[in-house]
Amino acid sequence: MSVQLSLGELALSLVLVAVAVAVSLWRRADLEKDLGLAVLRSFLQLTAVGYVIQAIFDSDSLLLVVALLAVMVGVGTWTAQRRARSVPHATFPILIALSLAAASTLGVVLALGVFEATPRYLVPVGGIVIGNAMTAAAVALNRLADEVHAQAPRLEATLALGATSRQAAAPLVTQSLRSGMITLIDQTKTTGIVAFPGIMTGMLLAGADPVDAVRLQLVILWTLLGSVSLSALLALSLGYRGFFTDAHQLRELPEV
Amino acid sequence: MSAARGGRRVLDGIDLSLADGEVTALLGPSGSGKSSLLRLLNRLADPDEGTVRFHGEDVRGLDPLDLRRRAVLVPQLPAPLPGTVAENLSFGPRLAGRDVPEVVRCLARSGLGDEYAERDASRLSVGEGQRVMLARALALEPEALLLDEPTSALDDDAREGIERTLGEIGLPMVLVTHDRAQAARLAGRIVEIEKGRLA
Repeated sequence: MSVQLSLGELALSLVLVAVAVAVSLWRRADLEKDLGLAVLRSFLQLTAVGYVIQAIFDSDSLLLVVALLAVMVGVGTWTAQRRARSVPHATFPILIALSLAAASTLGVVLALGVFEATPRYLVPVGGIVIGNAMTAAAVALNRLADEVHAQAPRLEATLALGATSRQAAAPLVTQSLRSGMITLIDQTKTTGIVAFPGIMTGMLLAGADPVDAVRLQLVILWTLLGSVSLSALLALSLGYRGFFTDAHQLRELPEV
Repeated sequence: MSAARGGRRVLDGIDLSLADGEVTALLGPSGSGKSSLLRLLNRLADPDEGTVRFHGEDVRGLDPLDLRRRAVLVPQLPAPLPGTVAENLSFGPRLAGRDVPEVVRCLARSGLGDEYAERDASRLSVGEGQRVMLARALALEPEALLLDEPTSALDDDAREGIERTLGEIGLPMVLVTHDRAQAARLAGRIVEIEKGRLA
């Protein structure tokens, strides 16, 4: 079971990019440059990643896998803290959240023997887990920042009654946790009805048996539920502190 | 003391001593720094220069949570926690590990009848809400009250009612207000603040 595409066939799919460029030109949406850049970047980045993955598969070295996952965690942390810019000192909480969420969920599926501990499984699954954990952490922390801004008077009123920052922030952390998790929960609820999830689609295109494709997709979806909730929880449990001082004072909020 | 907020100096060279047992009004126009000064007293914020002392002790050496239970701040607008009025009153004492407060007595001191105990705290008028804020502060059995424009959102009737209640509570208070007449009615001493300085 494998699909082979020549570079020529690959180039033919650019016809549809040409449609997008035409639409952009016709409606003067001024997206031609961005479309070109997007095509170029996706080609270069994925090709480069393809070679890296090929090299790692060939080496069959778990050390290299761990190194690659560490790079993903690093880039994911940097991306998430940029998105959650309104959260003070967010880098460390996000780093911990991504590392632990990835390590624990990968550890569980490996320990249970769902996947073999080989690069072929660890690299793509790790990538999906880290990517989703990153989004969940960033969404949850951004929501926390919004809540802290909106509810600053109530937070201070609660602190003024002798509450610790943890006690004062607890209801906001709960709200933000819901925000971080709800997207994936909704996607999981409607999966297969509204949209075909990516892994299943890929396997079907590659010629796999639909039942196999569905089962693998379910393993991934359920793994993601676990990793996303862990990531959001960890990011929030550590991240709320950035809004407070050690003396349980609400910090001045940065202008967004 | 001096303090900055948002990169702007909001308090500049304040040197002030408040007598125990007294009602002091901090009087000034909005933006004069009087609320910022009030927040230094229970350490919701710290000055950049200078020291706040409570009974002669640098507040930075005190447990901030304990300090906030001794000098309790009543916010400018009602900031109820989810739940009933009684639950709002029990919140602070419960965190401090104390017994459930005498809800009815705290309500009465704040001019509310005992029928309020089971009302939803988020479904009250602003005037009722402000009285609940007062009762919630009293439930901590504080040594002093810090009042941040407690009547600024109220109509004249409600304002008069709260002022009467404040006059009967008999605790030392620091009252932040922009209303000179209110300061004169309630306070034994008026401290004027303008542009972050004592006027």
